[in-house]
Amino acid sequence: MLNANSAAPAAPTPQNILDTATRLRWEVSGGVHESLVEAIYTDAARIADRAVIYPDKPPRFNLDRAIDQIVTSRLFGFPLMLLLFTLVFWLTISGANVPSDLLGRFFLDTIHPLLKSASAAIGLPWWLDGLLIDGIYLATAWVVSVMLPPMAIFFPLFTLLEDFGYLPRVAFNLDNIFKKSGAHGKQALSMMMGFGCNAAGVVATRVIDSPRERLIAIITNNFALCNGRWPTQILIASLFIGALVPAYIGGLISALAVVGVATLGVLLSFAVSWSLSRTVLRGEASTFSLELPPYRPPRFWQTIYTSLIDRTLYVLWRAIVFAAPAGAIIWLTANIQVGGISIAEHIINALNPVGWLLGLNGVILLAYIVAIPANEIVIPTMLMMTVLITGVNGGAGAGVMFQGNDAQTMSMLQAGGWTLLTAVNLMLFSLIHNPCSTTIYTIYKETGSAKWTAVSALLPLIMGFVVTFLVAQVWRLVAGM
Amino acid sequence: MTNKIEEPTVIPLQTPSGHACETCPAHRAGNLVRLGIDMTDWDYVIALAGNPNTGKSTIFNALTGLRQHTGNWPGKTVSRAEGGYSYGDHRYKLVDLPGTYSLLSTSLDEEVARNFILFGQPDVTIIVADATRLERNLNLVLQVLEITDRAVLALNLVDEAKRHGLKVDDRSLARDLGIPVVPMAARRREGMPELLEAVHEVATGKVVCKPHRIKSEPPTLKKAVSELVAQLTASFPTLPNPRWVAMRLLDGDQQIMEALQRGELGDLTRDDPGQTTGHLELQLEASHA
Repeated sequence: MLNANSAAPAAPTPQNILDTATRLRWEVSGGVHESLVEAIYTDAARIADRAVIYPDKPPRFNLDRAIDQIVTSRLFGFPLMLLLFTLVFWLTISGANVPSDLLGRFFLDTIHPLLKSASAAIGLPWWLDGLLIDGIYLATAWVVSVMLPPMAIFFPLFTLLEDFGYLPRVAFNLDNIFKKSGAHGKQALSMMMGFGCNAAGVVATRVIDSPRERLIAIITNNFALCNGRWPTQILIASLFIGALVPAYIGGLISALAVVGVATLGVLLSFAVSWSLSRTVLRGEASTFSLELPPYRPPRFWQTIYTSLIDRTLYVLWRAIVFAAPAGAIIWLTANIQVGGISIAEHIINALNPVGWLLGLNGVILLAYIVAIPANEIVIPTMLMMTVLITGVNGGAGAGVMFQGNDAQTMSMLQAGGWTLLTAVNLMLFSLIHNPCSTTIYTIYKETGSAKWTAVSALLPLIMGFVVTFLVAQVWRLVAGM
Repeated sequence: MTNKIEEPTVIPLQTPSGHACETCPAHRAGNLVRLGIDMTDWDYVIALAGNPNTGKSTIFNALTGLRQHTGNWPGKTVSRAEGGYSYGDHRYKLVDLPGTYSLLSTSLDEEVARNFILFGQPDVTIIVADATRLERNLNLVLQVLEITDRAVLALNLVDEAKRHGLKVDDRSLARDLGIPVVPMAARRREGMPELLEAVHEVATGKVVCKPHRIKSEPPTLKKAVSELVAQLTASFPTLPNPRWVAMRLLDGDQQIMEALQRGELGDLTRDDPGQTTGHLELQLEASHA
């Protein structure tokens, strides 16, 4: 099939070849791409037809389709989704209480005094004893006792749902709304990943082929509550929201509060996607096909094992790595004094007026500054700082975090001036504020743009300030009436 | 010699096992050593390609002993994961690619998969297909077979197919596709020894594939492709997949056109069948940037 053109003695140059390709492209009737795709489909159909032997009669009952008709139905889809997630959080909150308490007692009431007397026996100087035991050890012990039990329950449950095949159905339910927001339906999938880890969610946006829609997905991924923020939500909800109602429904109400915050995050995703796609990232939503995989019975023990190793221990380790130095820093700032009061108190006092405007306090703001590398250490930092400010420390010294059960934590926080407003705004701020530094770095790697990285980091931060500010003003207005 | 999936040798009961075992596919499975992330001194590079949610990561984990997270949803793997295993006397580097429905479009995950098969030139590409959705999966299989002629089809989820009353004739498939076909239930580790053996045979050249090439193009496309192939082979006589490159050029594939202009298509020629070009990392980095 050589024609005169290509039979020339010298080998054609790349440019020759490209020119030929351009010329030939117009000679293919019906378009190259369409012809090619059609040819592939025809061949595939022929081969499959020969190889697959279909059953004589189709089964009368298709379980997968029956389940799908319910979980993706217009009527039941959303209520079922909320119900399932509420169930997961209720199991997490009510199940984590007892082991958390046991671990706390073990690490704080048993091991801590032992360490203290050991250090006294070998004559450690007071500052080294304080830094190591009251700073680093206590911060780490606290992270383990508070975070391990809920994570060890939540992650396996979530992974079981995932392996069963439920998450793509959630994406299917949400697809229509994403499309109306001008975003890609696959954003639902990257959001699901974000519920585990925002950095992973940002990487997961690679499945979106349009750069515009991918940017929207990256910027809004922050509104999917991540691993590092679930423990904050769960703890504050069980302390403040669950305490509003009789004990026997406390767990359920706390779970509903957490689901409410997570749902708010999803709604914020829609809202921000909508505004972005109508302003700086204007464009049409592209269509795609989403495959609903078959339901598969999860391999129970393997799922438990991998979710414990891959997620629970991974997150816990990350928390410990960041909490240990944070513990040291907090102890130091609490024990180094300038002008009669400690450095930490200087900073907290300076932040307090801003904190008050936002319905938060200086301690929380400082905790969020310390927690830029990892959201996991917000709670430990806040508690250590509160102990420092209030002096409710069981005689353990400045900057020493001491925590027993929920009731003690609660009374300590109340002594630090915490109210229901503080709790609500903390949950809101935890949901909306800027992503952690790992995620910010991932966004930079994925977008390659300092501008979009800055937008992804600052937009949520500003939104966090605005929302908490508004809530605080309205709350005080209503409460003052 | 295209279809070499044989029934396992039947060993007579009275024969002392020692000798006969060595010819049995099951024997080598005992030689599988999971090397995790240790990928030093590999002899062969194996790529894992396939549609989303067909079990690539499950096979990857079973062979390497790593715990790349698997999940029942399409799009779990968006970048490459690498691990190693040794089987028989050879060390293998296994690369888990993102699942894709096609290699013709432009999203980043498809590009990662396409570029690896094209520029990375794996010694063997395992294409994982879902037996319950064979026809749709074959669309990708046929595209991969246009790029590489060393492939094995892992026909996964045959257990699920059986539950749905489907039967897939793997011999007919192997004949039509011209590559070894291994029926598997990877979640239950069924078919793993046979897969290892098939990969080993293709990698070492014991089995030579005669991959299916797309036949149903309309005459005008066929004519255009062969004209372009003539020019390509005149310039790059050792290019392993001129037909596919021609089709991509006709389709206006920007990346392939640029690779041609930069003279990188010349690098696609395979000098040493045992080694892949070190050029790959650069290519992948360039495509990410």
